[in-house]
Amino acid sequence: MSDFFAVFGLERRLAIDVAALQRRFYELSRRWHPDFHQAAPAEEQARALAESARVNAAYRVLRDPLARVEYLIRLEEGRDTKEGAAVKPAAPPALLAEMFEIQEALEEARAGALDEATRASLAAQQDALQARLAETEARIVGPLSEAWDAAALAQRSAALEQLKEALATRAYLRTVIDDLGAALGGAEGERHVAHRRD
Amino acid sequence: MSRIVGIDLGTTNSLVAYVDDTGLPVVMPDPDGRRLLPSIVAFTPEGILVGEGARRQLARRPADTVYSVKRLMGRGWEDVKDELRYLPFRVLPAEGIVKLAVGGREVTPPEVSAVVLRALKERAEAHLGEPVERAVVTVPAYFNDSQRQATKDAGRIAGLDVLRIVNEPTAASLAYGLHRLGQGVVAVYDLGGGTFDISILRVKDGIFEVLATSGDTHLGGDDVDRALMLWLLDDLRARHPAELARDGDPADDPEAVQELRLAAEAAKIRLSSDEATTLTLPFSGFTYRRTITRAEIEALVEPLVARTLGPCRQALADAGLSPGDIDEVVLVGGSTRVPLVRRRVQELFGRTPHSQLDPDEVVAMGAAVQAQILAGGITDMLLLDVTPLSLGIETLGGIVSVLIARNTTIPTSAREMFTTSVDGQTVVDLHVVQGERELAKDCRSLARFELRGIEPMPAGLPKIEVTFLIDANGILQVQAREQRTGKAASIEVRPSYGLTDADVERMVEDSFTYAEADVETRLLIETRNEADTVLTHVARALGQAGPLVGPEERATIEAAVEALRAARAGADRDAIRERTTELNRATEGLAERMMDAALKGALGTRRADQIMDGV
Repeated sequence: MSDFFAVFGLERRLAIDVAALQRRFYELSRRWHPDFHQAAPAEEQARALAESARVNAAYRVLRDPLARVEYLIRLEEGRDTKEGAAVKPAAPPALLAEMFEIQEALEEARAGALDEATRASLAAQQDALQARLAETEARIVGPLSEAWDAAALAQRSAALEQLKEALATRAYLRTVIDDLGAALGGAEGERHVAHRRD
Repeated sequence: MSRIVGIDLGTTNSLVAYVDDTGLPVVMPDPDGRRLLPSIVAFTPEGILVGEGARRQLARRPADTVYSVKRLMGRGWEDVKDELRYLPFRVLPAEGIVKLAVGGREVTPPEVSAVVLRALKERAEAHLGEPVERAVVTVPAYFNDSQRQATKDAGRIAGLDVLRIVNEPTAASLAYGLHRLGQGVVAVYDLGGGTFDISILRVKDGIFEVLATSGDTHLGGDDVDRALMLWLLDDLRARHPAELARDGDPADDPEAVQELRLAAEAAKIRLSSDEATTLTLPFSGFTYRRTITRAEIEALVEPLVARTLGPCRQALADAGLSPGDIDEVVLVGGSTRVPLVRRRVQELFGRTPHSQLDPDEVVAMGAAVQAQILAGGITDMLLLDVTPLSLGIETLGGIVSVLIARNTTIPTSAREMFTTSVDGQTVVDLHVVQGERELAKDCRSLARFELRGIEPMPAGLPKIEVTFLIDANGILQVQAREQRTGKAASIEVRPSYGLTDADVERMVEDSFTYAEADVETRLLIETRNEADTVLTHVARALGQAGPLVGPEERATIEAAVEALRAARAGADRDAIRERTTELNRATEGLAERMMDAALKGALGTRRADQIMDGV
């Protein structure tokens, strides 16, 4: 299994100096990009193509702190592909009551009944969830990532579980925010794009 | 090793360039000094014409003269059927592609583009004095896999090894290069004849890293021409109802539609520098004359410019930037000459855009720079481009599972595991799509794959690893391996759109057999066509001149006509050209008097082009 951290000569840690990562990315690109191997024998060209594809994929994942966490989880669980993604959207227990109300309002909205008062309350909910999403993401890339980096080997799996839980909350929040956006007649075209990014 | 040239295969015009010994990109002109080759191909009984020669056939043989074929490249019938109404040539549905019925045969869009590419190849060979076999060809950044593949196919049919497909906006940024662009974030706004692209790049230490790209492959100057043409048609119907009731609606006459379209295009171009322009079109029995103001055309351009702003915002969002983060803006494509377009771009980014390099030439120059990088002649610059559209596979329920997200730096690869759902299953079907929608049916189908030769096992046991690789051209390659046995599973690819390898091979053969007549013959045809144009115009002018031409002058002109007719019957190109010049000279005085008369509105039916041609 290819380890994206190893591509950049990094240890398996979530704290990464992004400026240094970019410099290294440019160096590796200069080394492996197919543009610079055009006249090489076929075998070498194939190697350059594969290496440069790996460098690009690795850089894309590692430069983004959230994608980095998702990748780390896959790596730690020994999964090479996205198949059977472990992070399924899950409602945070603290929010269950609120979520129930939102889902009910959404049902009504889908049935076509959306009065001004409901609309205003849904919009307020959306804003509140956005704030919660931002907070969750900050927690993932902040304290939870630091906790994993600092954890002794024996504590790592517990730290990983916490990261997974937070990611599941994040996935859930994004889905609900998208649904709210759709119900409120937000930019339909932009919507599917939003949760396509991962 | 022979030189690698850079080619901009445009919707309206195409160019070829190379990097000269001083290290600068240079556009190669034809022997007459023309740098742009109109991307127009005419299929005439005498042979195939391309460029200026074909342009002259637009109004004469509308049904056999193909323009804007780039809009049909890599497209299927469903993609294009709505916009065929105003194309004067016949487009037919075919399996996964469209075909053109022109000059008594059926050709595919890559074959038409191949004619343009071959003309550029010959132009480069004449200019460099050596064979040219390898090229870098540009495409709109937002072209999908099939459109890129079709472009590569066109190169192969033309006898060119297309070493790299490069995105037009990124090519433009290479042309601006290191000395014109500072370090920082650059937005390239590329509005051409038929396509719109926006690319956001970070330029740093010689690396041109594309952060995001977006666009619309069906938006460009052509749409302005069409909007203006439809506007003129409405105006014409309102002003001359009686004449049209008598002679029929011009929309039903392909030649009249082409005349209107060409007049609209010319008026649009003039309105980029003039505040108003007058267009004069002759019809039998009346002349349509209309003054168009800058404000009138801007009202038609505005909605098209507005359509470019959405992709601009999307690209910024994908790059995680806001307009204020953009350090420099580069304008590319002929349509960026339109003042309204410049104003809107400037407003969006709050920056005065770069336009030092000719927006028509900058892409070809950039392609030449990329060619030089591939040749090893430039080592301090490197372009890191992205794939414009997400790549995914169809999963249960028609949902798309994204394997490679849009704006991922290429080359890139993704691996996925597949298994069987029935005991003893030996074949697995995969459907690869490209696009941003959640359902496969709303995305672009790229290909269907069959993984064959799987050992019969209980359902779910086989593990087939499939690697999807997007190469530096933005084109997909697929490999599959059964993990348990380590055996490479064989893959049968059925591209949903486009030509098979066998098709392309056959076209390569065909292109030699019915290639256009050799250069001498072609030049003769063009010279004869020029003579025909002049003869037609003179005949019409003499018929309409009335008292403006004296008997002596008329006799001189008629003698010159006879001389040209005699020369035209022969095969001596120089003789035809000389007689044509003499006839032009003999009619100069008459042309001036008719021009004066036309300006005074004294003449009933006169053609604008007749007057301009000096007849």
